[in-house]
Amino acid sequence: MGTARAKRTSKAEPGAKKVKFSTHPASDKVYYVFSGIILTSILIAVAYPLIYVLSASFSSGTAVSSGQVLLWPVDISLEGYQAVFKNKDILRSYGNTFLYTILGTFINVTVVMTCAYALSRPGLRGRNFFMILFTFTMFFSGGLIPFYMLMRNLHLIDTMWAMVLPGALSVYNMIIARTFIQSSIPGELVEATSMDGCSDIRFFFSFVLPLSKAVIAVITLFSAVGHWNAYFNALMYLNDRSLYPLQVILREILIMNQVDVSMIMDPELQQANVQAAAVLKYALIVVATLPILCVYPFIQKYFVKGVMIGSLKG
Amino acid sequence: MTSQPLPPGRAKNGSKKSIRSGWQMYLFLLPAVVYIVIFAYVPMAGVQIAFKEYDFTKGIWGSEWVGLDNFRRFFESYPFWTIIRNTLLLSLYSLVISFPLPILFALLLNSFIGQKFKKIVQSVSYMPHFISTVVIVGMLVQIFNPRTGAFGSLYTFFTGNVMPDAFANPDLFPHLYVWSGIWQGIGWSSIIYIAALSSVDEHLHEAAQIDGASRLQRVRHIDFPSILPTATIMLILAVGNLMDIGFEKVFLMQNDLNLSSSEVISTYVYKVGLTIGAGDFSFATAIGLFNSVINFVLLIIVNFAARRMGNASLW
Repeated sequence: MGTARAKRTSKAEPGAKKVKFSTHPASDKVYYVFSGIILTSILIAVAYPLIYVLSASFSSGTAVSSGQVLLWPVDISLEGYQAVFKNKDILRSYGNTFLYTILGTFINVTVVMTCAYALSRPGLRGRNFFMILFTFTMFFSGGLIPFYMLMRNLHLIDTMWAMVLPGALSVYNMIIARTFIQSSIPGELVEATSMDGCSDIRFFFSFVLPLSKAVIAVITLFSAVGHWNAYFNALMYLNDRSLYPLQVILREILIMNQVDVSMIMDPELQQANVQAAAVLKYALIVVATLPILCVYPFIQKYFVKGVMIGSLKG
Repeated sequence: MTSQPLPPGRAKNGSKKSIRSGWQMYLFLLPAVVYIVIFAYVPMAGVQIAFKEYDFTKGIWGSEWVGLDNFRRFFESYPFWTIIRNTLLLSLYSLVISFPLPILFALLLNSFIGQKFKKIVQSVSYMPHFISTVVIVGMLVQIFNPRTGAFGSLYTFFTGNVMPDAFANPDLFPHLYVWSGIWQGIGWSSIIYIAALSSVDEHLHEAAQIDGASRLQRVRHIDFPSILPTATIMLILAVGNLMDIGFEKVFLMQNDLNLSSSEVISTYVYKVGLTIGAGDFSFATAIGLFNSVINFVLLIIVNFAARRMGNASLW
């Protein structure tokens, strides 16, 4: 609904499409030239590091480590990617991250949607009490140490549940979903179907879920990105290397500079291991970010919508 | 609505259904309530160890009360002022830069001509938001690498010297932190303003144009006031989180050389509470509690002020 409105207005934006640039008043021309320069600079500033990383990942180790790459790939090669896919730590953690992302997102969406459905019903007794119970946690929390103690008491340390359970209910997402359900599913539908003997459970599955596709897509996206990028929980609650998600391995290699060159099996690469390490990092950044950027075009229309639904009522 | 065919005899007992609908709805509520009680309210009860001397053998409830000792220890501790200064400096610097820039960006983008160009700028500017903190910091480290990074190469290209290591310089830390945050967030934070701008009544623009208002004047007097309520709410939320410097990014950017400007409350809590050899749970919890209380108070003050000024408020 928001995007539709956005499109309509932007198309009708006075002076945007109907009028040729030369017919604008002189003062407006100055304005457009200036804002064009600023916007182009912003575009370049945002895009340059992204292009640089991509170019460096496709360059040879020698070119990267001698600083020859400035914008485009130099001496195109795939050695960085070869090194990434030969590294056992990276592959295993990649698999772990996939598992945590799928499981964690499923739990998030289930808890959020069921809770949002229940709280969307105006006649629910104690609704205000439950809303306060949930929203209070947005503004106040026990903090790091009490949460750590809880995880320890529940024996969740060094299990994969430490990666999927914390943050399973995002109150913010729940409020977005509740607002969406309230505004898109009319009360008459609830009444009419319950007269027909449709139970609340069945109503949830045959009406609420199908009609909430847009908001489910948004929440799935937000939680999946969150799980894919999650680092904090692993730092806090995992000591077992075999459970490490991708981001922890990324930190070791990218930030703490621990590349185990013995893992690069190719003898030629091993000879030039310093160069290989440099290019491996760029290739690794691309491999780690690619899954998200691949789904990006498909979900782009949804997240603008998601932010707008959220902004309707906080 | 394609209604489901229902058994005819069941249509009449609607009243019975409405009673039944009660417990079914609570069934839907159950997972979330159980979750929030265990994972939010149990830790909140655990905050009491900030006022105790936590003893592993006696547990949270059995440990001895010590009043405000842990807080006093923190206020009198050697790194107290450094940490507070670093936290405030980083958060105020972030706020001053990252609050207005997305607004300006949204205003500029919205008022610009050329739909294709606007779409491209928008799509590219959202992208960094989805990159993980680890990768962002990793990219910073690589790109600012004096020998192999983009900025290192450019520096050498123009000056002929090797660039000094940016991560080893405490003075550069706030700039690296804040501007990389802008790079990552400017597009995403502007969405909400672009959305608000798209609902501006176009007749206002037409009328102003007839009266001879320039584009800049229309941005100033029509577009800007229309996003002011949204901006107020965003400001309230931002100030409410003023002392809440995200742990992850600072922690990842920290090293021994820049520690004098990069140690903030959250990283200090982690250090005294959870790193090997420290593990002072009560002390760390007290510091964390001190932080959340300040945040909470700030939020209430700013919300109150915004309401007094007649603008939007959270509640």
